Amino acid sequence: MSVVGHQPPPFFKRGLPASARLTLYLVLSIGLLVADLRFRYLETVRHGVTVLTYPLQIAASTPAEWANRTYDYFSSLSSLQSEIKRLRARALDDAKRLLREQGLENENHQLRELLAMRERVGARSIAAEVLYTSRDPFARRVIIDRGERDGIEPGLATIDNAGVVGQVTRVFPLQAEVTLLTDKDQAIPVKVVRTGQRAVMFGAGGGMLELRYLAANADVEPGDVVVTSGLDGVYLPDLPVAKVVRVNRDDARGFARFVCQPIAGIERSGAVLVIGRNVKPLEDPTANDPAPDATTPGGRPKRR
Amino acid sequence: MQPTHRSSRILLPVRMGWVWITLFLGLTLNLVPTRALPGVPDFVALVLAFWCVREPLRVNMGAGFWLGLLTDIGYGSALGQHALAYVLLAFIASTMSRRLLWFPPAAQALQMVPLFLMTQVVMLVVRLIAGAEFPGWEYFFTTFTTALLWFPAHFVLLLPQMQPIERDQNRPL
Repeated sequence: MSVVGHQPPPFFKRGLPASARLTLYLVLSIGLLVADLRFRYLETVRHGVTVLTYPLQIAASTPAEWANRTYDYFSSLSSLQSEIKRLRARALDDAKRLLREQGLENENHQLRELLAMRERVGARSIAAEVLYTSRDPFARRVIIDRGERDGIEPGLATIDNAGVVGQVTRVFPLQAEVTLLTDKDQAIPVKVVRTGQRAVMFGAGGGMLELRYLAANADVEPGDVVVTSGLDGVYLPDLPVAKVVRVNRDDARGFARFVCQPIAGIERSGAVLVIGRNVKPLEDPTANDPAPDATTPGGRPKRR
Repeated sequence: MQPTHRSSRILLPVRMGWVWITLFLGLTLNLVPTRALPGVPDFVALVLAFWCVREPLRVNMGAGFWLGLLTDIGYGSALGQHALAYVLLAFIASTMSRRLLWFPPAAQALQMVPLFLMTQVVMLVVRLIAGAEFPGWEYFFTTFTTALLWFPAHFVLLLPQMQPIERDQNRPL
């Protein structure tokens, strides 16, 4: 071991010189960064080492949680009462719709049978609460209080009472990380309700969303509601996502810029619902590798 | 060793157990969920830089690398982002060690500002190259809150090494 600029006499046992160690560690860290950001190799390593940092995280978040609970406990009675009143009114409002929904669902079922269409996939949902915002200032992620133990899987959609909030990206034993829609790298396949136009929506920064890869003359107007298309097999179809607020049609480029405002309270929702499909989506039939045939054409099946 | 090189007070030798405890305490404090408050100090960087200045032969780039990796995993940020920044921080802090210890703690804190700023900028550059969006100027508040904490940290972290000043009335000198 040696300090930079201060070489010990050569008769002491020395390690690598400081500059060599610096180079070594820099190369290591840059290698890790490339492997993680470019190739996404290290998700399993990350999941493994989480076991180490998890107790620290619990130790760090428990006092904060206590403080929050104490604050909640002492929050004024009147605000709670007004909230109860509001929720009761809302429950009545919802009940009206729910009563009708049962009838509509039956009708839908019968109509689909008449048309010989496949049943819509059912949904399963897990209620969760947003614990805190992730400390990483470069990404928009939140941590929810349900994890692997509660059956949360990566890829599930997260919604609040108004619309889609984000997608579960990492799952820990007791918690899960949800990447919000406003994150720059988060994409969601959507369609415009009015025209049925399909598109992909990305985070645009500043809490806004953006429809990308639509032609400049696409029929999208400010005020249009955008919902999930469900084409990806991850999100359920027809969950409200955003409302178009601004359309910049720039003739110089082939694409227009559609800026949208998320419908869900993405950055402020407390209680969320993690929602997924009951059945796995079917394999892509156009995938390149053909499935091995059980029967050879014209011959008998190999095994019965 | 003295608190600073100008001081005539002699400290007890440092215990490595205490060093590691404070480093992990810093890591735990970093993991406290702060709800996106701007300017939350980077405790690991502070404690790491402090021990790299005080004990450059015992705490150095290796500690920075591993603590950086743990921070990355705890934060859910890119693996290697904090490791890279902390290795550089440890290297420069240990380089500055001999000179820095001649200054009183407040002046040391002032000299640490560019170092903590560099740590932040390295992480910013790494993430911007990777395609993240700029988090806003309040991101740099962390630099100054961390440097401000250098002054109290100087006393808190050296506390176990302090021994009572013995005033011997019968001592001839």
